[in-house]
Amino acid sequence: MSKESIELAKKIRKTSVEMVYKAHASHIGGALSMADILAVLYSDVLNQKPEKPDWGKRDRCLLSKGHACVSFYAVLAHKGYYSVEALDTYAQNGSAFLCHTTHHVPGIEISAGSLGHGLPIACGIALGAKIKGEEFKTYVILGDGEMDEGSNWEAFLFGAHHKLSNLCVIIDYNKIQSFGNTNDVLCLEPLERKMKNFNWNVVSVDGHDHDALRQAFEAFNCENEKPTVIIAHTIKGKGVSFMENSLAWHYKSPDEEQYKQAIKEIVG
Amino acid sequence: MRTAFIKQLVEEAAINEKIFLIVGDLGYSVVEQFADRYPARFLNAGIAEQNMIGVAAGLAQEGYNVYVYSIGNFPTLRCMEQIRYDVAYHNLNVKIVSVGAGYAYASLGASHHATEDLGMMRTIPNMVVCSPGDPVEARAVTKISTFYAGPMYLRLGKAGEAVVHTDSLSDLHIGDIVPVVQKANASRAILASGSILDYAVKHERENTTDIYSIPFVKPLNREILCKIANTYKEITVLEEHQRSCGVGAAVIEQFSDLYEEGKISLFPKVHRIAINDRFSDVAGTQFYLREYNGLVL
Repeated sequence: MSKESIELAKKIRKTSVEMVYKAHASHIGGALSMADILAVLYSDVLNQKPEKPDWGKRDRCLLSKGHACVSFYAVLAHKGYYSVEALDTYAQNGSAFLCHTTHHVPGIEISAGSLGHGLPIACGIALGAKIKGEEFKTYVILGDGEMDEGSNWEAFLFGAHHKLSNLCVIIDYNKIQSFGNTNDVLCLEPLERKMKNFNWNVVSVDGHDHDALRQAFEAFNCENEKPTVIIAHTIKGKGVSFMENSLAWHYKSPDEEQYKQAIKEIVG
Repeated sequence: MRTAFIKQLVEEAAINEKIFLIVGDLGYSVVEQFADRYPARFLNAGIAEQNMIGVAAGLAQEGYNVYVYSIGNFPTLRCMEQIRYDVAYHNLNVKIVSVGAGYAYASLGASHHATEDLGMMRTIPNMVVCSPGDPVEARAVTKISTFYAGPMYLRLGKAGEAVVHTDSLSDLHIGDIVPVVQKANASRAILASGSILDYAVKHERENTTDIYSIPFVKPLNREILCKIANTYKEITVLEEHQRSCGVGAAVIEQFSDLYEEGKISLFPKVHRIAINDRFSDVAGTQFYLREYNGLVL
């Protein structure tokens, strides 16, 4: 176990809950479900220079499920792209920290918010890198709900056809989308088999197990033919007991008591 | 116009290695000359337009000047949100190229009639909207597009449009409204946009009417519009597009702003010839459908 990623995950969760509490904002459930994915990516995987966000050789990390922005803003702050205090302006008048990720924030490659946009753009970036002979990798985090979007399935065809082995998709499969369980709204199963049949390199992992995530990213690095999709089985609201596996926390913002309880559980 | 476009693009790609062409599984007998010459910078993205625009945005993020080519509504309305958000909001160097403006694909039916695209495109921030009137304008606009590093929409006709201009328009600038026919003491002007320009020129041959082409629906050069407003008693805007949000609407919006700002003293009388809020549901040639839908002087 890497202590760094575990500590970073805690910081991401704590900062995320603080942001949502202060701003009375939504979408904390999906932000917490991908906190471990972000922690591993930014501790152990991505080759980036926070002091130089536009460094040409940086690995590109795109968040497609832009509504879960707080944990993405949080990880970038804790990695030094900007100060943690800068996040105090989140959702405030005039702030660049919108309630969906925006490319005007250092370290953020694309604005997101409308679903099903990230993967096609990531395909273009990965294709461009391949044509130019660039070594960097492109990562894109998708929500399970946005797998309903047809644009993603167009892109899954595209990625395999063009053998974008420099592209890694991570699906934050927390099983709850905006208005119900994924199995009830538009069932994705059998997802692993679907992805394999689309001719992708598929790795299924516990999305909260840092060692398993690291191994999955290793498997991506060893793949030279196919693009990789990591199906990360996660829990919506992970880390705060009363938020876990609850549709309500796609929308709700914690009151003071809930906030204190959430921080207590996260800090341990 | 599509031939003029591709010839110019092939020429520009020889000196600009950032030019990249993506097609949506269309372009037979047109784009091969680009694909054969620059295979590493050509891509058939398949019949998957939403992904196609996202891929174009990604390539543009990596420094390419990306042209996305397909028919009428497919690289536009079909993927409008990707154009708005991925391309325009990020202000990326992507050129959306549609062929078959207006009723160019006449008998193929409403699916292939591009009659709402200008309105949709011109409301999107950062987007330059081009509607060339003949192959000369198509070449000139294409050349300009290779230097302009931002989102642009090129609305092209199909093939075989008459050449209207006698010079090459080498000093054309974004926003220009181009005089095509100038007669002594004309009190009426026709402003035409798109390949219907040729019809206006031929129709007005015997009349004392000045004719201008509007190759850029957005932006419109306001100084030229001021001069036009101050010169003519009557102005007709002719377009192959819905009346709502079309070229005539764009011209009237500008006249209204200019009038409000005191830059013109009289609000000009503007007669709009455009499609009157209807789909065209009969077969026929492009010329027939124009007449059928009232696009006549």
